Amino acid sequence: MNRGHRHGASSGCLGTMEVKSKFGAEFRRFSLERSKPGRFEEFYGLLQHVHKIPNVEVLVGYADIHGDLLPINNDDNYHKAVSTANPLLRIFIQKKEEADYSAFGTDTLIKKKNVLTHVLRPDHHRRKPHLVISLPQDFRPVSSIIDVDILPETHRRVRLYKYGTEKPLGFYIRDGSSVRVTPHGLEKVPGIFISRLVPGGLAQSTGLLAVNDEVLEVNGIEVSGKSLDQVTDMMIANSHNLIVTVRPANQRNNVVRNSRASGSSGQSTDTSLGGPPPAEPSLEPGDEDSEEEDIVIEDGGLPRLIPRAAPDAESLESLTQIELSFESPHNGFLPSGAGGGAGPERDHARAPGQALVEEAGTILTL
Amino acid sequence: MRRFLRPGHDPARERLKRDLFQFNKTVEHGFPHQPSALGYSPSLRILAIGTRSGAVKLYGAPGVEFMGLHQENNAVTQIHFLPGQCQLVTLLDDNSLHLWSLKVKGGLSELQEEETYTLRGPPGAPPSATQITVVLPHSSGELLYLGTESGSVFVVQLPSFRTLDSHTVSSDAVLQWLPEEARNRRVFEMVEALQEHPRDPTQILIGYSRGLVVIWDLQGSRVLYHFLCSQQLENVSWQRDGRLIVTCHSDGSHCQWPVSGEAKQSEPLRSCMPYGPFPCKAITKIFWLTTRQGLPFTIFQGGMPRASYGDRHCISVVRDGQQTAFDFTSRVIDFTVLTEADPAAAFDDPYALVVLAEEELVVIDLRTDGWPPVQPPYLASLHCSAITCSHHVSNIPLKLWERIMAAGSRQKAHFSGMDWPIDGGTSLAPPPPQRDLLLTGHEDGTVRFWDASGVCLRLLYKLSTVRVFLTDTDPSESLNVQGEDEWPPLRKVGSFDPYSDDPRLGIQKIFLCKYSGYLAVAGTAGQVLVLELNDEAAEHAVEQVEADLLQDQEGYRWKGHERLAARPGPVRFEPGFQPFVLVQCQPPAVVTSLALHSEWRLVAFGTSHGFGLFDHQQRRQVFVKCTLHPSDQLALEGPLSRVKSLKKSLRQSFRRMRRSGVSNRKRRPAGPPGEMQAASAKAERTGLQNMELAPVQRKIEARSAEDSFTGFVRTLYFADTYLRDSSRHCPSLWAGTNGGTVYAFSLRVPPAERRTEEPVRAEQAKEIQLMHRAPVVGILVLDGRSVPLPEPLEVAHDLSKSPDMQGSHQLLVVSEEQFKVFTLPKVSAKLKLKLTALEGSRVRRVGVAHFGSSRAEDYGEHHLAVLTNLGDIQVVSLPLLKPQVRYSCIRREDVSGIASCVFTKYGQGFYLISPSEFERFSLSTKWLVEPRCLVNSVKTQNHSRPSNGNGAGPERGPGQARNTGSQSQGAAGSHLGQERAGQRARGRPASPLPFREEGWPSDGARPAQRRESPKGNPERAGGGARELRQLAFSPSGHGVQPEQWGSRMNSTGVQAAS
Repeated sequence: MNRGHRHGASSGCLGTMEVKSKFGAEFRRFSLERSKPGRFEEFYGLLQHVHKIPNVEVLVGYADIHGDLLPINNDDNYHKAVSTANPLLRIFIQKKEEADYSAFGTDTLIKKKNVLTHVLRPDHHRRKPHLVISLPQDFRPVSSIIDVDILPETHRRVRLYKYGTEKPLGFYIRDGSSVRVTPHGLEKVPGIFISRLVPGGLAQSTGLLAVNDEVLEVNGIEVSGKSLDQVTDMMIANSHNLIVTVRPANQRNNVVRNSRASGSSGQSTDTSLGGPPPAEPSLEPGDEDSEEEDIVIEDGGLPRLIPRAAPDAESLESLTQIELSFESPHNGFLPSGAGGGAGPERDHARAPGQALVEEAGTILTL
Repeated sequence: MRRFLRPGHDPARERLKRDLFQFNKTVEHGFPHQPSALGYSPSLRILAIGTRSGAVKLYGAPGVEFMGLHQENNAVTQIHFLPGQCQLVTLLDDNSLHLWSLKVKGGLSELQEEETYTLRGPPGAPPSATQITVVLPHSSGELLYLGTESGSVFVVQLPSFRTLDSHTVSSDAVLQWLPEEARNRRVFEMVEALQEHPRDPTQILIGYSRGLVVIWDLQGSRVLYHFLCSQQLENVSWQRDGRLIVTCHSDGSHCQWPVSGEAKQSEPLRSCMPYGPFPCKAITKIFWLTTRQGLPFTIFQGGMPRASYGDRHCISVVRDGQQTAFDFTSRVIDFTVLTEADPAAAFDDPYALVVLAEEELVVIDLRTDGWPPVQPPYLASLHCSAITCSHHVSNIPLKLWERIMAAGSRQKAHFSGMDWPIDGGTSLAPPPPQRDLLLTGHEDGTVRFWDASGVCLRLLYKLSTVRVFLTDTDPSESLNVQGEDEWPPLRKVGSFDPYSDDPRLGIQKIFLCKYSGYLAVAGTAGQVLVLELNDEAAEHAVEQVEADLLQDQEGYRWKGHERLAARPGPVRFEPGFQPFVLVQCQPPAVVTSLALHSEWRLVAFGTSHGFGLFDHQQRRQVFVKCTLHPSDQLALEGPLSRVKSLKKSLRQSFRRMRRSGVSNRKRRPAGPPGEMQAASAKAERTGLQNMELAPVQRKIEARSAEDSFTGFVRTLYFADTYLRDSSRHCPSLWAGTNGGTVYAFSLRVPPAERRTEEPVRAEQAKEIQLMHRAPVVGILVLDGRSVPLPEPLEVAHDLSKSPDMQGSHQLLVVSEEQFKVFTLPKVSAKLKLKLTALEGSRVRRVGVAHFGSSRAEDYGEHHLAVLTNLGDIQVVSLPLLKPQVRYSCIRREDVSGIASCVFTKYGQGFYLISPSEFERFSLSTKWLVEPRCLVNSVKTQNHSRPSNGNGAGPERGPGQARNTGSQSQGAAGSHLGQERAGQRARGRPASPLPFREEGWPSDGARPAQRRESPKGNPERAGGGARELRQLAFSPSGHGVQPEQWGSRMNSTGVQAAS
């Protein structure tokens, strides 16, 4: 690659602009006419052409002048990208199915930098094995605080992504009583509390839940009036995508949220006091459904979720057979030894030797 | 999901729902749990039973049943009908009296509590002064005589319960009429007996516990006669003409005293100790009944030789040299004798002995030689051996019904042919619309067939599987054979026999095909029997096959019970269901699911290790499939290891306590006093505090494949559907496990002409792993019109439309947490209802039911009836899975009640409210089996005889029971009490109705649709055993809840076949 020559060429002509496009580990350089960038579809086709990936769905992003990774997916932001590129337009292409959408956007400065770093240097983490930082496509949320803008500050809605990790949820709940303000003054009412965190469990490792936090809702359903056993059953039934609203025992940590420029007022209204519980705006139905997908092994038919047809009944397959069947032709696409599970896309390739549990808890019972 | 919860969004649908669904607890079948009192009204010919939980149940002619519940949760100790009236008085163990009435409402009788009363003595009197021991309702129906512990007899006016102080017969008043020597003997103490003179209502007899009996003149307030017994008095019987008194005593003797001539009797006319001369137990109650033939009946309770038979519960009947001691397997609560008499007749002529034992009601025919028992049409002892499972079959074809009846009638040869003598009231309930069978499996290896069509649950036939196996005790060897000259002449009566020879014989699953008469029965030790109905007795060998469910899996050791040994060689079977194939699962774990397809001649069975399919035509195993997870040690080791581990953990926790110095209590008194003691006491205190502070906590964890009992097969289902492609349907077998896996096998069943030669083939076609891994409790295939596939042979018998094989079929999988509909043949999720995620409740039972509309004759819908672990019953629509209605039915703590629930095909259901009682409920507006009956007072009864004039001579009912408390006297005024049964009149009416209700019910009047609130009666608790079981369950509470634990932990554990 003759960089110098190309630079020279680009600077020589004011009407053109150099484009450096990266897909995987490969770079392509070409030039565009700055004044006539054309339509996004054409540009998209061009990228597929130069990277020789004609049938692969990809996401296109570029680094803007601040170093943010911004998406290009329509004419407007494409033109914006072209007009602001100085001197060259740096394009980053990811396969759609493994794209990490969170890498985009004007996030916090630190995160953005990390993202960019990792997009640029995919093998970064291998050099520093003690710092397990994965490829963006391997980024998986294990927990999040959601709905901060609509919840009172005394409450915290936490989502635990069981499928993203091998870790057990790792907490216990108990009966207890909490003091509420009612029309008759202060009243002790029964409540459900977190009683114990298992060391190394998901709940503990997120730091978002603590012992003696009061559980107010489970996946949008209020727990008041429900027995400990009922709440246990609800939590287990939702364990693959558990959203708990708690009133943290330690309210001091709430200060962090005050710094947010959100619409949350400082008012502390207790939603569990008779008001209708907030719906589950955070639940994208598609997301939920994909987690709930059951595994079907069909005989002769197209296998779904498990890329293998079931052996027939007369020859009882052993566990190892099934395990082998998970090795798909895609194998090797991921860098071997890349940690973490396959994320929500269960039909993805798996590295050999990974425990079956990583199949998001959907292994066969044989 | 939320849209399902929003009520009232479709007014038309809401209207339709009101026409389709309605929740009622309609009737309680079986024998009342813990009965504590018996009453009988000879004029109404109605029997009353009170229980320790405060319930009163009335029974008349079959179908005439009433139920009342006291607000207080106290035991009913006495029940007395007011002579000739539709009213009764109950005495509770808190010394309160309650007046109940049978009132007519809308043409039906209804039992209502009218008044409550507690006797108050003079100020400062000890509580014993007013502690009621005996109640005597006077024949006038307006007075109640109350004998007390202090020896006084109080008089109370009815129905207002006004105390008539001036009428009180105090012991002092009696004393002054007695001669000197009687006064010196401290004859008083508590009143043991109170009776009205059989002919003269102005005289009453008062018996005191120390042995004094006086006849008191009510008008003159004086003692007419007195008798002094040398022994403690237990009870008294007054001969019909009033000329003779028979007393019974604590030493096992009874004496006769003539009432005539002199006022004082120093010696009895005759004294007898029936089981002497060695010390005997007390005779607690006696009847002396005259007969036309001359020789009287003496019927008494107790009196057995103390040393050798003191523990027996006996009632002896003596007449003319014949003597039989009826020996009951449970404690005798009370008994009464039904006598045929009107006041003019000179003789009692008893015809039936009615005995209320702790666990059953026994009626003995006294007119037939040999005094055979009469089979009760109701009050069946469901629990004569503990119920382990139940199975309901709706709409039995007449042919099969008659064959079962015929087989059953041969088993009832020992019963008397007498018509049921307790026949008061009229049942107005329409005849049952169809014949329904309820099959109960029992711990002793029997299956009982009950007629569940109507209000009376009647035993039709009893099947025993014991003969197939070798057990320790040979069933042919009767324990009751007694020598001719045996003394006392004991005769065992009743069917209650709680002792099981071998717990492995217990029945766990039942499946009956009502069209072919094939029956499959599976038990605790992995035995699966296929039986065929045969009208003739036969002797043949049962073919035995072993099904190795572990197959070649190595290194597993079953630590549970051994399998049952089959009896070699031909076995003789009585007419009825006769086994011809025995499949024994290996390891012999409890059979957890069973399905029978009589058209294909296949039986499928599953245990905690896997499932198998057996061809009972060719007697060949088709296949077995192991569902066991290799790491599931618990399932492998069998049930015993679990007990061991519990024991171990208990031991460990005790050790821990000891180490921490908590349980030093025993050693402390011996130890040195002082510092050490104080220290240990302190340690104990802190230890206890720590223990109390440890909260109940629940682990929140996703289910994983490594959980125990994931391979446990929960449900099996046969379906003819599109399993592989949409062009060709084929027989299939579906199995669901505890770990949320569904296996589907396609079957190739040869056509009928080659059925005996070609083997049945099976091939696994599908395997579905539910993501949420909850136990699969139900599998169902819906046809092209979204109607559940019909039962095998249903179409062949023209009883069902053939399923729509044109449209695409759908698969419904019900797990404990979710309902999911999948398309077929390509399995993809179509619809779901996440029950647990929304409500925190789990599915315990599910059944398909057809709900007919109460308005449109031919309109009906198929829906799912669902029982959750919280005891709620819901209806979930098919195929859209929308919750329709929800009712709370069973207390959530009542684990055995929830486990025992069984749904019928027409929206009714049964569950056990005690080991011996099924509650019947209905979700349907159309199919409602409940008692609807009318009880009229004496005058209206066709069998009443003309009275000898009004006013002067009391009118007497045709049948008369002589009971210590309640003399039967006809009432002067007729009273119409009517009642609507099956309902628990929980509260008294706000305004008490007039004492005597006038008027007749209008025949055409429709009954008022008064319903009990669905909240039920939370205080109607099962009893100690059930609480205990619940405790035993709760530690295991979550995740898997294998049914076999229940059955093992408690002999009364109940599992229903769903």
